[in-house]
Amino acid sequence: MYAVIALAIGVVAGLFLQPTVPDWMAPYLPIAVIAALDAVFGGVRARLDHIFDAKVFVVSFVANVLVAALIVFLGDQLGVGSQLSTAVVVVLGIRIFGNAAAIRRHVFKA
Amino acid sequence: MTRANGSPAGGPDGARRPAGRRTGPGSKAVVAVLCALLGLGLAVQVQRTAEGDTLATARPDDLVQLLDGLQRQEDELNAEVVQLQDTLARLRRSGATSAEALAEAERQATALGILTGAVAAGGPGVVVTVEDPSGRVSPEVLLDAVQELRNAGAEAFQVGPVRIGVDSAFTGTAGAVDLDGTALTAPYTVLAIGDPPTLSAALAIPGGVVDSVRRAGGTVTVEQSQQVRIDALRPPRTPQYARPADG
Repeated sequence: MYAVIALAIGVVAGLFLQPTVPDWMAPYLPIAVIAALDAVFGGVRARLDHIFDAKVFVVSFVANVLVAALIVFLGDQLGVGSQLSTAVVVVLGIRIFGNAAAIRRHVFKA
Repeated sequence: MTRANGSPAGGPDGARRPAGRRTGPGSKAVVAVLCALLGLGLAVQVQRTAEGDTLATARPDDLVQLLDGLQRQEDELNAEVVQLQDTLARLRRSGATSAEALAEAERQATALGILTGAVAAGGPGVVVTVEDPSGRVSPEVLLDAVQELRNAGAEAFQVGPVRIGVDSAFTGTAGAVDLDGTALTAPYTVLAIGDPPTLSAALAIPGGVVDSVRRAGGTVTVEQSQQVRIDALRPPRTPQYARPADG
């Protein structure tokens, strides 16, 4: 529950403070957000499975974001930035869908 | 997804551990901070996208492609501009040419109109009056008069009420002269436009018109004028057989 509240606080803060994103960070922000979403969905699923571990969540969250940013960075350096970004988004999207399906089964029993 | 509920066969970072480990307040705080960060990132990214400032966030590759496309477009538009300017210049040239052609055609129409008697004419010339009290001036004498005037450079003629054209003919007999079917009555008045001294000299040459009329018992009066007006017209004739031929 506190995680949901924190999420809402973050959204509200982003809307009201309107922080400017540094230029070097601009290409990585969308991918980082997707990666973090993946981690959050995984966390929610683990919570519903009663196997949630905060340490694992934190590590997976940070690692997800860093790896996604690293992949995009590498792709930009190799000249395949946009394609690799698409690949990352697709893979993370598939994982999010899988976790969402598991959550759905827990919540709706279907 | 074919996994059974609660199966641990998830991704490598799905926050799974064997059950039983609970979370302390410190890790809760870290989780909350991370979730707040995610919310912040979400909101910021959504706003950036909504602002539509996509160029600022676009990758260099995409920007290069965009730039390429714009440059290609610019090249095409420049080529089109050059082409249209060419067309404009060509049309202007041909417009000037056709204006000249029109002016030339109008000049020719005026000249031909004077020649054929389709338009009135005015200018310096002579007024010749042929008195014929005894009725012995023949059509040939009047024809001679017109021919002498034409030889002297006269450009337009009128005899009595009739304009002389390219197909004029004096017919009849002495004392009853017809010009193009119109009966002329003495005294005959001949109007001619040309150089006045030259015209009057042409009529006065020995054995010329003046002498012929005098032999026929008449008199010729030549009056030079700087403004002779010939306003009798000939109806234009449409050629029945002749057509303009190429070349």
